[in-house]
Amino acid sequence: MKRRQFASVVVVGAGPAGLAAAIRASESGRQVTVLDDNPSAGGQIWRGEKDRRSGNDASAWFQKFRTCPAEMITGARLIHGDPERRILSVETRQEFFEIGYDKLILATGAREFFLPFPGWTLPNVMGVGGLQALVKSGLPVDGKRIVVAGTGPLLLAAAAYFRKHGAIVPVIAEQAEWRSVAGFGIRLSKNLGKLFQARSLRLALRSSRYTFSTWVEAAHGKDRLENAQVRTGAKVWREPCDYLAVGYGLKPNIELPVLMGCRTQSGVVAVDEFQQTSQEHIYCAGECTGIGGVDKSLIEGEITGLAAAGLKDSARRLFAKRRKTRQFANVLDRAFALRPELRQLPLDGTIVCRCEDVRWGRLRPMNSWRSAKLESRCGMGPCQGRVCGQILEFLLGWHPESVRPPVFPARLESLTQDSEMKESLRT
Amino acid sequence: MRSMPEIITFSINGSPVRVSGGTSVATAILISGETAFRRSVSGEPRTPLCGMGVCFECRVTINGLQHCLSCQTVCQDGMEVQTG
Repeated sequence: MKRRQFASVVVVGAGPAGLAAAIRASESGRQVTVLDDNPSAGGQIWRGEKDRRSGNDASAWFQKFRTCPAEMITGARLIHGDPERRILSVETRQEFFEIGYDKLILATGAREFFLPFPGWTLPNVMGVGGLQALVKSGLPVDGKRIVVAGTGPLLLAAAAYFRKHGAIVPVIAEQAEWRSVAGFGIRLSKNLGKLFQARSLRLALRSSRYTFSTWVEAAHGKDRLENAQVRTGAKVWREPCDYLAVGYGLKPNIELPVLMGCRTQSGVVAVDEFQQTSQEHIYCAGECTGIGGVDKSLIEGEITGLAAAGLKDSARRLFAKRRKTRQFANVLDRAFALRPELRQLPLDGTIVCRCEDVRWGRLRPMNSWRSAKLESRCGMGPCQGRVCGQILEFLLGWHPESVRPPVFPARLESLTQDSEMKESLRT
Repeated sequence: MRSMPEIITFSINGSPVRVSGGTSVATAILISGETAFRRSVSGEPRTPLCGMGVCFECRVTINGLQHCLSCQTVCQDGMEVQTG
């Protein structure tokens, strides 16, 4: 079954940026369709907030979204797009379809950055945002011991969240130096709310050990995680735990913007003051233009929605507000820079590419992404290098190669229905 | 608006499971105590890493369809989930 659709504005991603963009474009009289690969709107930060009644920011935005006429299609994954014909190829569990647009808004968000260390593939070793997402989707952690490790303010927000749900967080291991974080004048407790809307943060800080210059160098266990090996300077100890939540910050999801021909700069999508990309009809908002948290995403989303609807004067009135959110983002980035010791974490036997089980000892002597792919299948699995690509960029300085369709693994019947991909299958 | 939580009944590897409505399949599998969502190419058991549809570690078979991302799938009545 194949259907064709058209919307004057198509928004990809229903996190804060995508929702704000959809609301503003829709209020301006545009016919809007929002696509998201998750089962419901909200993105990562507002996961599970949709049905909450409490009067927080999220519920106010959801309320606006519910009452605006924008169409929402969940469980929809973008697999291909053509910026010339202005058409996107979309796969859902039931079907494949193409949707045309006049203006496209990409709000593809960010993913967590992981570093390989011995034992990181053990069951119950997860990302910080990853475990938080599972708890938001109903995983009980009451009485569970969770070690939180990595870098950035997300560690604190997640630890607070786990504690609120009854977990014991014996240690929050932050790799950055105290001096580095304090030196930038970041008042974490004051600013975290802006970034993650974290509540009961003081509680988490009071009863958990938040230590700087500290990182997890190994995870141990027989069939599943039993303890995390934590290092602070010369001191090393094993912390028993049920879950290890470890993440080294966020990286923008730029695969789809790159596929659509949008220029990137330093790993983020380059945009002008109206959030327009190097492609005339494509705009970008939120974490994919630079990691900056929910306030930056919302204001960029609003500007994008207005600009895509042609209301440049209204968009311009929001520029000052956006400037503030971006300044804070820049400071954060530098304060939580990764320490070089983390490059020594993987041993020769440590898996780097989890899809194809390619180990560090195999990759270390290689000199390019190309040879790694050809000789070891590194990055050739279903995640298409989304996890190991950024790891190897950090460990070996390799830059990911160009993006090719489909940007996510797609069903064969979808590929055969996509007008352009059909051609490439034949050759 | 949030109503009374409904109970969803389905199966994981043939065993019946009951969870509240809105629970993701990934979460239900973790609650069931299963530690191998899938086996890696060298046979290691794996659980979800990213929890948001990026890493593909959480993939399972749902109603006979392979490679479904359990973290992006909500449990439904009568669903048959196979891990490993």
